[in-house]
Amino acid sequence: MNDLNELGRTWSDDLDLRLTDTCLRDGSHHKRHQFTAEEVRSIVEALDTSGIPVIEVTHGDGLGGSSFNYGFSRTPEQELIKIAAETAKRAKIAFLMLPGVGVKDDILAAQDNGGSICRIATHCTEADVSEQHFRLARERGLETVGFLMMAHTQPPEVLAKQARIMVDSGCQCVYVVDSAGALVMEQTADRVAAVVAEIGEQATVGFHGHENLGLGVANTVIAARAGATQIDGSVRRFGAGAGNTPLEAFIGVCDKLGWKTGVDFLSIVDAAEDVIRPAMPEECRLDRMTLMMGYAGVYSSFLKHAGRAAERYGVSGAKILLRAGERKLIGGQEDQLIDIALELKREQDGS
Amino acid sequence: MNQPVSRGAGSGKASAAIVGSGNIGSDLLYKLLRSDAIEPRWMIGVDPESEGLRQAAALGLEASHEGVDWLLKQDELPDLVFEATSAYVHREYAPRYEEAGIRAVDLTPAAVGPAVVPPVNLHEHVGAMNVNMITCGGQATIPMVAAVSRVAPVGYAEIVASVSSLSAGPGTRQNIDEFTRTTSRGVETIGGAEQGKAIIILNPAEPPMIMRDTIFCAVSPDLDDAAEAAIVESVLAMAAEVATYVPGYRLLQEPQVDPPSPETRGAKKISIFVEVEGAGDFLPPYAGNLDIMTAAATKVGDRIAGSLLDSDAGA
Repeated sequence: MNDLNELGRTWSDDLDLRLTDTCLRDGSHHKRHQFTAEEVRSIVEALDTSGIPVIEVTHGDGLGGSSFNYGFSRTPEQELIKIAAETAKRAKIAFLMLPGVGVKDDILAAQDNGGSICRIATHCTEADVSEQHFRLARERGLETVGFLMMAHTQPPEVLAKQARIMVDSGCQCVYVVDSAGALVMEQTADRVAAVVAEIGEQATVGFHGHENLGLGVANTVIAARAGATQIDGSVRRFGAGAGNTPLEAFIGVCDKLGWKTGVDFLSIVDAAEDVIRPAMPEECRLDRMTLMMGYAGVYSSFLKHAGRAAERYGVSGAKILLRAGERKLIGGQEDQLIDIALELKREQDGS
Repeated sequence: MNQPVSRGAGSGKASAAIVGSGNIGSDLLYKLLRSDAIEPRWMIGVDPESEGLRQAAALGLEASHEGVDWLLKQDELPDLVFEATSAYVHREYAPRYEEAGIRAVDLTPAAVGPAVVPPVNLHEHVGAMNVNMITCGGQATIPMVAAVSRVAPVGYAEIVASVSSLSAGPGTRQNIDEFTRTTSRGVETIGGAEQGKAIIILNPAEPPMIMRDTIFCAVSPDLDDAAEAAIVESVLAMAAEVATYVPGYRLLQEPQVDPPSPETRGAKKISIFVEVEGAGDFLPPYAGNLDIMTAAATKVGDRIAGSLLDSDAGA
């Protein structure tokens, strides 16, 4: 029994929760994949010094994401992974890959460059595309994490079954991923609880939240109470859409609740202000566009692409996002936002 | 080449066997039944309970669940075999087809023979003993890359294929890397791009989404208006040509040309948006990704059959 949850689940004897900062992966969307080597070095150093145990570094759309469709990287991601691994003294470096975008060779290269946690993301009904990647990662001795993206679109029992597919392929922790920032409290708890009930004997469970309805911290607290012991966030919300769960705020909340994260609150607050913020092109804001994403259930990384297509074709960005929701687009279909913009332009010109 | 001349005697068509009685094989059967050059005579599977075999038998084919070994033991052998099994199975049997003088059209990712995209390079490989159909994404996008590269050099081309989850079988799912690699290679070798990249998305939306493909090509920033217009014209012509054998193939938008910027890495960016609706033969219309494979394979088979019949006539 502990203060965290009724299941007695904690990450370890020392840590109730293990935190992963994803400024340098989900934040890559906000930064339009323009990180420099120097920014990565200073952010990793600051996070590591504060005691963040896991730092994720990759193109926003995962290994191999540098493209017309998602945006080209200013600095090759493998170089950034290498710099991060060389800089971190205690933290482990994680990397993300999406089957269909990246390939197995990318995983091997990331491991060679010092990445030690392989996070494999699929849409939350398509877990079976990840089987070959999990098997490879485990054979190579990587720690594995599975991401069930857009978790708001499916009921708890579907997520549980998909989590089972990942675990049976070698995944050691399955995350419920609220890619659209669309989950509301109990919906989060029910999904995490169902996944814990299905795989809790063999694997841990995680939660990844976004701020598109302003619920990042609240959803994360309730996810932890439901048995999630790995938690994602981004210091200063530096992430996609309205940003990720603000990690420094969540750490403060954990202090208040007596949950051990191993991170020094004052130190991470300083890092947010002095190191992370200066690397951000602007704050991640909860505004018309990002609210629309949480409200319509739209993949957070569509934000910048919708904004650009709106500008290029003189149509409403909010309408692009709403139509993306109507079309039930999922992560990776950024190309369809241009098609929607052209469709809106035709309608606009025709009326 | 020891091509026997007695096969398909009397019908004026080349005879064909379909190996693999699943969704692809069954859809292919409907298309081959409409062919002027091919007579599908055998449907080969491995499962006696197969619905595809039952259906083929009802349509007048000789259906066997005893596999390729059974087929190769028959007194009369097919002129052509369409392989709709798996890469593993095709690699095993490809040498035996060739030994028996049977032309193979391979719909698996085995890539034993040269890759073929009908409007781009079919004429080069009509005489090959084994041709490969690459991937659904390749059949849908490589013609567009080629349409651009025949007008202006393409330094980099990237394709994004979105297909409905229901139309992606276990073979694709367990080997999704193979799709990515094979397609990007085809974008380079057949599409004519210096460097190629392929992305595939499986979307579970209900009702199922029709296959969509986006093709991005990087061309010279100095390309003038006349060359841009020529690219657009070439793309429209190519889309019309693909539509002659895949009736549901259409451009969703006029090709878009974006000016050079840091985001395009200094190139002009051509964007082409395509939808592929299936003919609804055996598979539902949303499965344009499977339809374009069977339609392209039929087109390839027709040409090979035509060449066999011509050489018979000349003998």
